[in-house]
Amino acid sequence: MSAIVLEAKHINKSFHDPITIPVLKDISFQLRESEFVSIIGKSGCGKSTLLYILSTMDTDFEGELLINNQSVVGETDAALALIRNQHIGFVFQFHYLLNEFSVLKNVMLPGLKLGQYSAAEVEHRAYEKLRILGIEKEALKKPNQLSGGQKQRVAIARALINDPLLIMGDEPTGNLDKKNSAIVFDIFKELAASYKQTLLIVTHDNEFAANTQRIIEMEDGKIIN
Amino acid sequence: MKYKLIADIAKSLLLARWKQTLIAAVGVTFSITMFITLLSFMSGLNNMLDGLILNRTPHIRLYKDIKPNAQQPITLAKKRDTTYNFIHSIKPKRERIELFNSATIISALKEDKRVLGVAPKIATQIFYNVGVMNITGVINGIDIEAESKLFFFKDYVVAGNFMDLKNVTNSIILGKGVADKLMLNIGDVIQVTTNKGEQLPLKVVGYFQSGLLDIDKSQSYCSIATTQKLLGEANNYITDLQIKLKDVALAPPMAKEMQEKFGVDAIDVQTANAQFETGSSIRSLISYAVGITLLIVAGFGIYNILNMMIYEKMDSIAILKATGFSGNDVHAIFISIALSIGIVGGAGGLLLGFGLSSIIDQIPFNTASLPTVKTYPIIYNPTFYIIATIFSVVTTYFAGFFPSRKASKIDPVIIIRGK
Ligand SMILES: Nc1ncnc2c1ncn2[C@@H]1O[C@H](COP(=O)(O)OP(=O)(O)OP(=O)(O)O)[C@@H](O)[C@H]1O
Ligand SMILES: [Mg+2]
Repeated sequence: MSAIVLEAKHINKSFHDPITIPVLKDISFQLRESEFVSIIGKSGCGKSTLLYILSTMDTDFEGELLINNQSVVGETDAALALIRNQHIGFVFQFHYLLNEFSVLKNVMLPGLKLGQYSAAEVEHRAYEKLRILGIEKEALKKPNQLSGGQKQRVAIARALINDPLLIMGDEPTGNLDKKNSAIVFDIFKELAASYKQTLLIVTHDNEFAANTQRIIEMEDGKIIN
Repeated sequence: MKYKLIADIAKSLLLARWKQTLIAAVGVTFSITMFITLLSFMSGLNNMLDGLILNRTPHIRLYKDIKPNAQQPITLAKKRDTTYNFIHSIKPKRERIELFNSATIISALKEDKRVLGVAPKIATQIFYNVGVMNITGVINGIDIEAESKLFFFKDYVVAGNFMDLKNVTNSIILGKGVADKLMLNIGDVIQVTTNKGEQLPLKVVGYFQSGLLDIDKSQSYCSIATTQKLLGEANNYITDLQIKLKDVALAPPMAKEMQEKFGVDAIDVQTANAQFETGSSIRSLISYAVGITLLIVAGFGIYNILNMMIYEKMDSIAILKATGFSGNDVHAIFISIALSIGIVGGAGGLLLGFGLSSIIDQIPFNTASLPTVKTYPIIYNPTFYIIATIFSVVTTYFAGFFPSRKASKIDPVIIIRGK
């Protein structure tokens, strides 16, 4: 049996503005190495909220969260930043590329921050990721010179730069057409299969979900399947 | 922390908004320029005005005052516990204003490490005789070399050679006002009468202009020997000892010390000219206040540009945090932006401030009362430049601090959810 990469134990979350509404109710599940999992559910059922908690960006919740067998509850801002930097790659519906930097530099930034490799090596690795995603020709352009699908692939390359254990996506194909979302799906599948990375992808695209190894279905803040 | 990466990101954000950052930097440059120029000019002015009086004023003056004796005969009588002595209308007895032991005092002072130099002097009231008119005046008998060295006498002799006072017997350097009033030229002879009625013809060898009209209208200078001859006194007759110290701040305690040690009266420059100290310090205070105000205004400029930048770059900050940059990293990025604006603007301000004060230094400034001053006075003091540097860095740091903290506290979830 392969190693557990992420473990959520009895996670509860409520919003208190303006009245207390529970959004996540007793969420528990595990993700293993090399798994390709999708989360589906009706709009407003708490998928994004769950993903922000799992990615350590949102610390305001009850319950236990272990990433790479390490509890993240009560960790400092800097320690959580390091966990995100090293172990988690996040792809959003919107690409969030920095227009001040070239495509290449955008991909390199998290790698430079981690500082595991020299700047030259990080650059080499960034080219490598861009090549996997088929956009190495665009490396020296500014993000605003790319098409929507290309930008999304740059954002994926950025998520991959530090070879994270876990790649999370919040509707990463939501803004893409059929063809581009098929490309992204194939990339994800390849990452899980060849690079042993774990993927957790929120999607509304049932066809996309059906092709993943496992589907987590949510309703009203609970996992129902 | 990866300083290079932080600096790199800061630079890119800064260049993306280079027009606004340039304006913020120009604000700092302007205020530092004004700060430096103002201080250099104000302290030049202070120095000039102080010099008007203080250059020529001894730090301590030893003299003998005419006053009633503190030891009246009654105090010698045996004192009884139950009585008090009241004496009314005490008058000073006839006494000479000579410093009797001047030679010993001078040699004692020359031993003293704190003393820069001593210049003996005789001050005496005289009349200048012109036709039937007698004009009152004062003759200062001076040691020319000591007076020149300690009190810049030579700078104030506007016509003639000051050394002639020593080399020509029975010579006098007249105050410019006296010479104008008596219509005397160099080479002419003037009659002076002492208050004891003795008369002496003196040859005019120069004019003297102090810049203080009252002094120039009444005072003149002779050598000590000439003055002694005029007064009919022996060659050890001295009425004043003018002392210049290495550190003027020591003057008040040393004056007290000398008063006791030598049994003479002593007055220090601080007591004699208290109003000048106040004037100088208020002028400096005003320059500092204006300079700091300008810097604070510039600080608000930096605060604004950073706030705007942070508002615009919310998304970038959110994604940096989402991909592993901590709050401290974000804080460091924006503080670096603020500091580089401050340092670049400040360095420009130092250069321009130096340039502007050099220009002012060249502008002619001629005034009859200040013969030694030809251009506007400027002082080049490294302290001003150091203070300006420190101020520009400190203000920009504080201007950047609150926006940076705001940026570091941005919650990426809120931004990303907002899309
Ligand atoms: N800041 C907030 N304050 C109060 N309620 C919130 C806040 N953010 C989200 N919610 C509520 O929490 C619930 C879950 O929101 P979430 O964004 O996780 O849904 P989702 O499953 O991602 O939906 P979608 O598929 O439309 O993206 C929603 O009902 C939403 O109204
Ligand atoms: Mg959502």
